Amino acid sequence: MSDKNKVAAREDWYTLEAERPRLLGSQCAACKTYYFPKHESYCRNPACDSETFDEVELSHRGRIWSYTNAAYPPPPPFVADDPYEPFAIAAVELEKERIVILGQLTEGVTVDDVSIGDEVELALETLYEDDGNNYVVWKWRPASGAAT
Amino acid sequence: MAPGFGSGDMSHPIAILGVGMHPWGKWGHNFVEYGVKAARDALADAGVPWQDIDFVAGANTMRCGYPGYVSGATFAQALGWSGARIASCYAACASGSQALDTARAQILAGLADVVLVVGADTTPKGFLAPQKGDRPDDPDWLRFRLHGATNPVYFALHARRRVELYGTTDEDIAEVRVKNGKNGLHNPNARYRKEFTLEEVLESPVVSDPLRLYEICATSDGGAAIVVASMDYAKRLQKKPVTIEAISTITPTFPSTQLEMPDLATDSAASVPAPDMNFQPAIIDAAYREAGIGPDDLSLAEVYDLSTSMELDWYESLQLCPVGDGQKLLRDGETYIGGRIPVNASGGLSCFGEAVPAQALAQVCELTWQLRGEAGERQVENATHGITANVGLFGHGSSVIVKR
Repeated sequence: MSDKNKVAAREDWYTLEAERPRLLGSQCAACKTYYFPKHESYCRNPACDSETFDEVELSHRGRIWSYTNAAYPPPPPFVADDPYEPFAIAAVELEKERIVILGQLTEGVTVDDVSIGDEVELALETLYEDDGNNYVVWKWRPASGAAT
Repeated sequence: MAPGFGSGDMSHPIAILGVGMHPWGKWGHNFVEYGVKAARDALADAGVPWQDIDFVAGANTMRCGYPGYVSGATFAQALGWSGARIASCYAACASGSQALDTARAQILAGLADVVLVVGADTTPKGFLAPQKGDRPDDPDWLRFRLHGATNPVYFALHARRRVELYGTTDEDIAEVRVKNGKNGLHNPNARYRKEFTLEEVLESPVVSDPLRLYEICATSDGGAAIVVASMDYAKRLQKKPVTIEAISTITPTFPSTQLEMPDLATDSAASVPAPDMNFQPAIIDAAYREAGIGPDDLSLAEVYDLSTSMELDWYESLQLCPVGDGQKLLRDGETYIGGRIPVNASGGLSCFGEAVPAQALAQVCELTWQLRGEAGERQVENATHGITANVGLFGHGSSVIVKR
């Protein structure tokens, strides 16, 4: 691939390890509720008024809650490829955190390749590039091998 | 315990004196023109002179510059400054219901006798997209930027669950469009007045699997207005009006575990368990409790079919059938005009395309015409109770119950 700098398209939301990237969430120190995107100033549990949070790496794997695709190029601020390549997108439930998180499926995966309940894992792929940087975003990739 | 209406969960009716609409379309005019036309029609229908209006509640649009953010003032100025008090309401697709609820609060508090509610919009072509400018903390900007998650993507995620979990077929999802096309054919305010065959719908291109082009609502220009009043004011006019029995504008209850547009993630249910009822059924439940009626009392429903699959979800949230059985109701013809509980007799968003701040008001206009027996060829026989159902982006419930 390119020798450009790998940069997160949204800083501080995920780690950039090639092998096992993680989404960075937060957890309320009082009621233990998880948040993604990270949320660190006030707890949204109506019974909790905590303002103390810990940053947590969310589970690397989850199961597909639902999925679809985008047959036509989304409007800006999305940066669509030219020519446009349709992509698939999934909402994935993390078992431990009991949270559903949206993300595209990795390149080449179509709606015919997945079903609700399938296991997927987090991956990073290029969202767009400029002269110096390769901006990456989290995606979901069908899981291979043993669950962790 | 779920919040109720005041302390008693009992209905506090107000009167609908007049309704009016500017036809939906892609006219390209200033949105204020549509609002004024709808308002003048509603005032004429009510027999109330503009200068007698105590209060104007506007439903805002985010697409038409500053006048759209201060819609109450915009419409009041256009109709001619009269010294009326005003409010401008924004709640995305639920803006019309919020404006109507604001009007009702003024009337029930005894602060106003007769109120004009107006919503109108002019929309661009294509997908609804976020406003310009980089906003890396705005979930609506981020969902487009990071994942290209358009509105149809969210609609399709829910449709896909129906297909895999409930056995809803491509034909079921298409048949809703066929039904609504038949209904809208007779509605002079509808933008698309055309019948579709099942084949035509199924041959339209997939936008976000399993949803096709003709199964996703367009965006339109349009305007709707309603004149509401206290029951005493209506009596003084010697009118026997249809009445608003409930307006449910509730929020979700934490943790909200259904992925809602425009969020990138749901709340976590790891610490606090998910509530017994999801957001959509909770909106309807609050409306039923407030009006003191149930699904068996309904004569018809106007529901938000942003996608045709979403209409099937509403059947279940309205408790017209058990969860997962929405398509059976459709297949049995029960939601057609002439069936047990007609849904979207107006033609729905399928035939209108959404004019965001006007749409929730348009739903109430349709119920009013139906309950008065003025709906012409799309008339539902002997209609006594109608309900609207809708959700606005960012957690805005919207359901109105109207009674004859």
